[in-house]
Amino acid sequence: MSGDIHALSGAYAVDAVDDFERAQFERHLAGCADCQAEVDSLREGAALLAETVSQQAPPDLRDRVLSTIETVRPLPPLFADVQDRARAHRRRLPAMVAAAAAFVVIGGVGATVWHPWEQPSSTGFTAAQLEQATDVQVLTKELDGGGAITVTRSPSLNSAYVSTHNMPRLQSGRTYQLWTIHDGVEVPAGLVDGDASKVLVEGDPGSAQGLAITIEKAGGVETPSTDRIVAAFDFPES
Amino acid sequence: MSQAKRTSSGTPLAGVPAASAADRLADLLRRSARGDQAAFAELYDATQARVHGLAVRVVRDPAQAEEVTQEAFLEVWRTSSRFDADKGSALSWLMTICHRKSVDRVRSAEASTRRDTTYHQQNHTIDIDTTADAAQSSMEAQRVRKAMASLTDVQREALELAYFGGYTHTEVAGILELPVGTAKTRIRDGLIRLRDKMGVGS
Repeated sequence: MSGDIHALSGAYAVDAVDDFERAQFERHLAGCADCQAEVDSLREGAALLAETVSQQAPPDLRDRVLSTIETVRPLPPLFADVQDRARAHRRRLPAMVAAAAAFVVIGGVGATVWHPWEQPSSTGFTAAQLEQATDVQVLTKELDGGGAITVTRSPSLNSAYVSTHNMPRLQSGRTYQLWTIHDGVEVPAGLVDGDASKVLVEGDPGSAQGLAITIEKAGGVETPSTDRIVAAFDFPES
Repeated sequence: MSQAKRTSSGTPLAGVPAASAADRLADLLRRSARGDQAAFAELYDATQARVHGLAVRVVRDPAQAEEVTQEAFLEVWRTSSRFDADKGSALSWLMTICHRKSVDRVRSAEASTRRDTTYHQQNHTIDIDTTADAAQSSMEAQRVRKAMASLTDVQREALELAYFGGYTHTEVAGILELPVGTAKTRIRDGLIRLRDKMGVGS
């Protein structure tokens, strides 16, 4: 039946799938751009169906909604390419950890792309909140190749940032890339410079069991290069 | 590039050309992501009737529908930064959230009354026109009805049971007495025709 999975695009687009099928189809979607495009387009049509059942919400609901949002902060953006890869690729960790010793410093001038934690202040969420979380964990590793990396994480906030210090400059066209480890599967978690302060870890660092950093080509990749692992952290049980 | 294509085919709001209405919703979402509550209030006003109407239609119970509407808008506010205009319109993104919330609600245990066998047996064909009492008879709604009328009966029934009934394709197959595995094809075929008739999403 798995050859048949594309046929589920319509049912998936209108939530006419059970939990198992949803999980199965989302795994498929991660690697099937055609299905993703089809789902997106079918949802455009489905959204119009609501037009035919349009009904004014009670006026007091507006007040309730607007007063509630004052207490909720909008999430910071995911970077689209990383988000796609988070769905796109999952692989096993052990080879990566085994290869850690093989890390080689690559000289040259860095021209990496990275995303510091610089959300507009109006979102209201700050690194300070993370640092003040009751369950905050701060983990640091000195790197064989020089420099250090620190992970600051709060499982309860499902949030983490990474700071790097004096890590080897990478040659042009290379970047450091973060990965969160979920049940032995690494998920892309953003790109980082070798000397960066408080870079947000993408995805769900709260539920991850660890974090790894690798050297990849600029823009990041979908699967980690196991021969270019710089450091790997195991998160303490929370 | 694809963004321009998408926005030009969005849903018009009353008296506003389609492209600018879709652009406006996308812009309001972007501003919401930056914490702009006034922009969010405007987004709420522009979309509440559709969101609430869908919640009522799927969930049926008015009190629960209000909760779903509220949850959906909170989710929209919270995740507004995740909206990606390259992948689709703001309206589609928003209605997807509302639909999922509605379906989750109706499938949860406390909604079991909705799933009594009487409903299955007697009302398995849903007539959009009679169930949308309070629907605004906007031109857009008429276009949608016309597009739906162009579907085959089984495509339309399957799609309505899935979208408005909140049933899984397997349940739809059971209700319509279709061989298991064929309802999903009918739903997909129906959605493709609806999409193409409405000229969206491509």
